[in-house]
Amino acid sequence: MSGSLPPVIVGAGPAGIRAAERLVAAGLRPVVVDEAARWGGQIYRQPPDGGFTRPKTALYGFEAGKADAVHRAMAAIRDRVDYRPRTLVWNCEAGALDLLSDGTSETLPFSHLILATGATDRVLPFPGWTLPGVFTLGGSQVALKFQGCAVGRRVAFLGTGPLLYLVAYQYLKAGVEVAGVFDTTPFAAQARATAGMLRDPATLAKGLLFVGWLRAHGVPIHNGVRPVRGEGTERVEALVWRDARGQERRTACDAVAFGLGLRSETQLADLAGCRFRFDEADRAWLPERDGAGRSSVPGLYLAGDGSGIAGADAAELAGERAALALLEDLGRPVEAARVTELDSRLARIAAFRRSLSAAFPFPADWADAIADDTMICRCEGITAGAVREVARSGQAREMNRAKALTRAGMGRCQGRMCSATTAELLSRTLGTGPDGVGRLRAQPPIKPLPVSAGAERREVA
Amino acid sequence: MMRERIDCDVAIVGGGIVGGSAALFLRQAGLSVTLLERDWCGAKASGVNFGGVRRQGRPLEQLPLSQRAHAIWGRLPELLGTDAEYIRSGHLKLARSEPDLASLIDYRERTQGFGLGLEIITGEEFRRRWPALGDRAIGGSLCPEDGHANPRLVSPAFARAAAKLGAVVREQTPVDRVEKDGDRFVLLSGDALEVRARFLLNTAGAWSWRVAEAFGEPVPLESLHPNMAVTEPLPRFLDVNIGVEGGGVYGRQVPRGNMVVGGGRGFALDADRARPQRDAVLTLMRDAAELFPQLRHAHVIRCWTGVEGYTPDRNPIVGPSRTTPGLFHAFGFSGAGFQIGPGVGQTLAELVTTGGTPMPLEPFRIDRFTPTA
Amino acid sequence: MALLQRVAEQGRRVVRFTLDGRPVEALEGDTILTAMLTNGDRLRRTEFADTPRAGFCMMGACQDCWVRTEEGERLRACGTFIADGMRLLSGGEWNS
Repeated sequence: MSGSLPPVIVGAGPAGIRAAERLVAAGLRPVVVDEAARWGGQIYRQPPDGGFTRPKTALYGFEAGKADAVHRAMAAIRDRVDYRPRTLVWNCEAGALDLLSDGTSETLPFSHLILATGATDRVLPFPGWTLPGVFTLGGSQVALKFQGCAVGRRVAFLGTGPLLYLVAYQYLKAGVEVAGVFDTTPFAAQARATAGMLRDPATLAKGLLFVGWLRAHGVPIHNGVRPVRGEGTERVEALVWRDARGQERRTACDAVAFGLGLRSETQLADLAGCRFRFDEADRAWLPERDGAGRSSVPGLYLAGDGSGIAGADAAELAGERAALALLEDLGRPVEAARVTELDSRLARIAAFRRSLSAAFPFPADWADAIADDTMICRCEGITAGAVREVARSGQAREMNRAKALTRAGMGRCQGRMCSATTAELLSRTLGTGPDGVGRLRAQPPIKPLPVSAGAERREVA
Repeated sequence: MMRERIDCDVAIVGGGIVGGSAALFLRQAGLSVTLLERDWCGAKASGVNFGGVRRQGRPLEQLPLSQRAHAIWGRLPELLGTDAEYIRSGHLKLARSEPDLASLIDYRERTQGFGLGLEIITGEEFRRRWPALGDRAIGGSLCPEDGHANPRLVSPAFARAAAKLGAVVREQTPVDRVEKDGDRFVLLSGDALEVRARFLLNTAGAWSWRVAEAFGEPVPLESLHPNMAVTEPLPRFLDVNIGVEGGGVYGRQVPRGNMVVGGGRGFALDADRARPQRDAVLTLMRDAAELFPQLRHAHVIRCWTGVEGYTPDRNPIVGPSRTTPGLFHAFGFSGAGFQIGPGVGQTLAELVTTGGTPMPLEPFRIDRFTPTA
Repeated sequence: MALLQRVAEQGRRVVRFTLDGRPVEALEGDTILTAMLTNGDRLRRTEFADTPRAGFCMMGACQDCWVRTEEGERLRACGTFIADGMRLLSGGEWNS
């Protein structure tokens, strides 16, 4: 690690911003790389510059104060970091990142790396999920927050996770017709889980408020739901679903917002050589990190939802803690009391994650119900049957082999939208647990890279 | 725990296209076969290469084996139960200068007797047939029956076809020790498996040197890693498999429309794995865009590489062991093993079943690198 | 009919662009996705099945929102802002 190279932070969401803030306070000048045009990440995403007038209370509701604090924190250090917005990190290799900005490629060596790459919605497919009008819960929230748009006029909300009721509530408040909330969690499980969430009364209170508000406005809320299909040819026109008693029902709508919690963006951690382990709470392979955010690679730290889902509050703490770990590893003095406080708060959040996954259980049986002719890989158009077949016939016992033989995960999104499904289909066909079929190997570029970037390289001194 | 023991006629180390095809042909001849693959069959060089199925461009000494392979490729659906996206699209080797063109013409002359059917096409005729290539080349040499296939589908399919015919195929089964005990080869995989066989085929790709060394035949095998990249699907503009005389970028457009391009080298992570190297990737993209202007607005969606074994003279090692009767080697294809692989597999089967082969294997002797006493 | 519905932030400068050859309008600060889906109900048709798509994740992960311009450029609709004079296509023109 060269002394003259900068530390680099990937991601300018709550984790990345708090990490940058802590490093700047110690006199370092980190590079902060972010794909978006403005800092804030997803949950605290800011509308585009100019012309957008809604106040933060309208955009972020109860989280407005936190969002504002995170935004101001970055504004305060803006001149003391090397801030690279609208910049994609497409590779990590030999102690340097490969960046793409404005069509130009650049290699950025780092002394240390903090990955705060965040998360996207986790989904399972249902027939019709690729129809125009079907979006993720996170995406539907982005449309509202970032563009002042609803994804439809009469929106059905489907799935599980903290976003389900929150986004339905936000849409209702914005004056959009909410066709219904279709919660995959059985009612009984939800009641049990509510008790578990008494650990975090603020979250529980908010959840109850959202549900109360929706009910008060006559929004039907159903538990124990499974989707049957999205109906329509050119766009979605109705959600057909099965209720808790197994009855098939139909709800007219012109948009469906769905999701089953979040999945971490771990491709850079993989390319950087981090060791992974299977995480039961997230039902996903995640890069190993200790309580402070150190990965298995010296000088590489992990913070926020990009290495395990825990929410925005945890991300802020983890970002700061990772920066402190970096400073500790540099031999810099750090405030022991602050370290202790962060460690204890992060430990409580780790426990909270387990109650989160109990409160919003992953509907594993949904995978069994996916018909063989349902498209599971929307980039390549691959069906569930193709994946089941390579497992059944003994040709594929793990994810990369299944990808090589079926093409599932070979498209532009590199398995972001389909690898959870493929893992469920493979493991259930083979009779192993979800951790028994390995994970997709990350390959550069982690997002599509224009061929023209090959000729447009910026050499950095 | 009891160690499983298998006795058979032929043990094969390495389930790539060479080992897999050898297993298939040996089973067709009625011999019992055990194939041990430490990863998944056809997942290494055989599965991650460019996918070009070409005879053109090979040194003359490889052409008999290559022609033998050509006949096998023509029977792929019958042999494997799948066509694995194999098409005889033609292989067009571009000349970008007069000396390059002269070199192609010279190769055509030297290979006349081998039935490649090479056509030299230049000028108006060239532009008429391949308008997509514009003025990127002054001409080219076309081998009409060469083509390309999907290596991820072809290579595993050989091992699967062998298994269907009764070969014992064990994946995730590394060979930890191999030696000769009397008239039997003994292969050990952990504590779980012992295989005893009358014949042993060393088709372990870039790792074959370990088996060779175990039998007192060290070889200078280098691991290299070809860079590959694939674009998103594009409107069809290319029907032939493209190479360039003198080296550089090679490319093919698959039936789904993606362009696969190769060129440059990746780097090793360890003895078993490699990754594309950033400068090579960016250079590949630049060179591919220059050769194929249709890529101007396209995106690369994935890069990969693999581990290939290279010999100093770029010819493979194929033939009997010089130290140990019953042992046959086939490796070191130096980045050109995909097309020729099934021909070598068939030849290995022939060596085992008949003791000889009409294929001229002198240029591929395993001991050609050691100084003569 | 338009897929997305504007519920806020409508006091922005009008941006004029072309969609499938016809002149349409959006607002400054709209992404291409918003601009196209407030004027229509799809972004593209898939390469393999010629079925319509309109994006999915809105945050640059799913890669389902790539659109073509008449000049042949490819842009990620959710991550690119609309600009005056853009000439965008929503049909199956990837084949041309």
